[in-house]
Amino acid sequence: MVRDDILSVTGLRVVTRDGDPLVHDVSLAVERGGALGIVGESGSGKSLTCRSILGILPPGLRVDAGTVTFDGIDLTGLDYRSWQGLRGNRISAVFQDPASYLNPSITVGKQLSEVLRVKTGLSRRAAHARSLELFEQMGLREPAHVYRQYPFELSGGMLQRVLIAIALSADPELLIADEATTALDVTVQAEVLDLLEDLRRDRGLTLILVSHDLAVVSQICDHVVVMRDGVVVESGTADDVLKRPQHEYTRSLIEHHTAYGIEKFLAEEVLDV
Amino acid sequence: MSELLEVDGVEVSYGRGRAERRILHGVSLSLAAGESVGLIGETGSGKTTLARTILGLTRLTAGSVRFDGETVSGLGARALRSFRRSGRLQYVFQDPLQSLDPDVTVRDSIGEGLRIRGGLTAPDVATRAEAALASVGLPADLLGRVPGQLSGGQRQRVAIARALALQPRLLLLDEPVSALDAANRIQVLDLLRTLGTDQGIAKLFISHDLGSVAGVTDRIAVLFRGDIVEVGSTRDIIARPQHPYTRLLVGSATTLTGGGVDRERRRELRQALADHG
Repeated sequence: MVRDDILSVTGLRVVTRDGDPLVHDVSLAVERGGALGIVGESGSGKSLTCRSILGILPPGLRVDAGTVTFDGIDLTGLDYRSWQGLRGNRISAVFQDPASYLNPSITVGKQLSEVLRVKTGLSRRAAHARSLELFEQMGLREPAHVYRQYPFELSGGMLQRVLIAIALSADPELLIADEATTALDVTVQAEVLDLLEDLRRDRGLTLILVSHDLAVVSQICDHVVVMRDGVVVESGTADDVLKRPQHEYTRSLIEHHTAYGIEKFLAEEVLDV
Repeated sequence: MSELLEVDGVEVSYGRGRAERRILHGVSLSLAAGESVGLIGETGSGKTTLARTILGLTRLTAGSVRFDGETVSGLGARALRSFRRSGRLQYVFQDPLQSLDPDVTVRDSIGEGLRIRGGLTAPDVATRAEAALASVGLPADLLGRVPGQLSGGQRQRVAIARALALQPRLLLLDEPVSALDAANRIQVLDLLRTLGTDQGIAKLFISHDLGSVAGVTDRIAVLFRGDIVEVGSTRDIIARPQHPYTRLLVGSATTLTGGGVDRERRRELRQALADHG
């Protein structure tokens, strides 16, 4: 069967002004409706790879070689105008610290409505109705009440749901979640991961989940890429990477979980929660 | 067996009158010498307030904290200072960059507590600092460095060495590995797992994440909305959790094996917790 990749990155190289490579020859692909996990620590180049896909590299960095193809479009050569129809509309993203992406002095509902009006051209009234609908789909209870709240009145998990609602407002095909659950409590992290999995099932959303934690990625991804020092050191199906890790670094990540995670206790007993 | 730390019916409130908010509703917890206990709770559960209360940084409104047979809650400023100076109770924070002075060398950072306590000559302080650094597995050539010249894992080990230099009876570790990446996390956990067991140093690990302390604790206490809702051996808490919150906590922990808990079950667990009130 031929794979239907919605996104493929080939030989991506990101360099600084002086030409030092930070991301080196990275290749990866995600199937339409699939979920790809990118695992690595800070400095591994996982976020720069995502930012290259989104066309939002930090100042001073540029893509020096390689291609990023989204649904047949080469993203590396796009001008500003062409990006407007793609970013937020067809490719969207959520990041680690949701509060910093929201205006603290505007209610979260207004902020979502504004995006809806700009991105999808809805009227004020229709945008309001659609916002309530989106909040509800994100599992926020009492959407009408949440609509009128300011960011400081919401918990981290609720803010991340608001950000996911905003990211999904134009019904994108691909969502990149870069450490989107890292700052959350474990139970809230599970709620957000469950939500992402629901969205994938119900809307056919394609996911790229970026995390330093292999366990987070293995919860919902079917393919995993492990990065270190700007290079892909391992990639494959989640099952292969977890059960038959080839690279020493991947093995050390797995050992850490086996030695210190709750797996140790689960392996010996039947979990009865 | 006599307990090293006895937290008995501790209540803490902030604010007065109608604005009063109770953070801890009568918390009891005890630790024996040499024991390693995890205190698990989510944001707002009161775990940091409890730690601060044990340290005497937050005043309790009811209950008591006893340490090594002495009541240390409600001490006056002078008595509290003298208790702290003894170094019997030491605290290690999440972020060593904030707990270590960026301009002070490793040698001086580790020796500072010893100098404040007094009674040792300068060469003795230096020897003790070196021994403390060695006990966390770091080479003596790091003594002249400042925190900025160390990796995250080395910094956290220096913070631990600084606490150990005072030969404490109890170490309070607040999210000691949360700020570290995987490789450094393993180093620090490897150290903490066996640290102090020979000397009978007790350890209280405070974390929001059951998974990060499961491998280094004998017992786990689960704090939920200001109450300890469950205490048990680490094995029992993970394999046979009783309280709805503990069940959700275990069911929410990310594992490489999936843990056998699926989304549907988690939804049921959330509902059970909501119904629980």
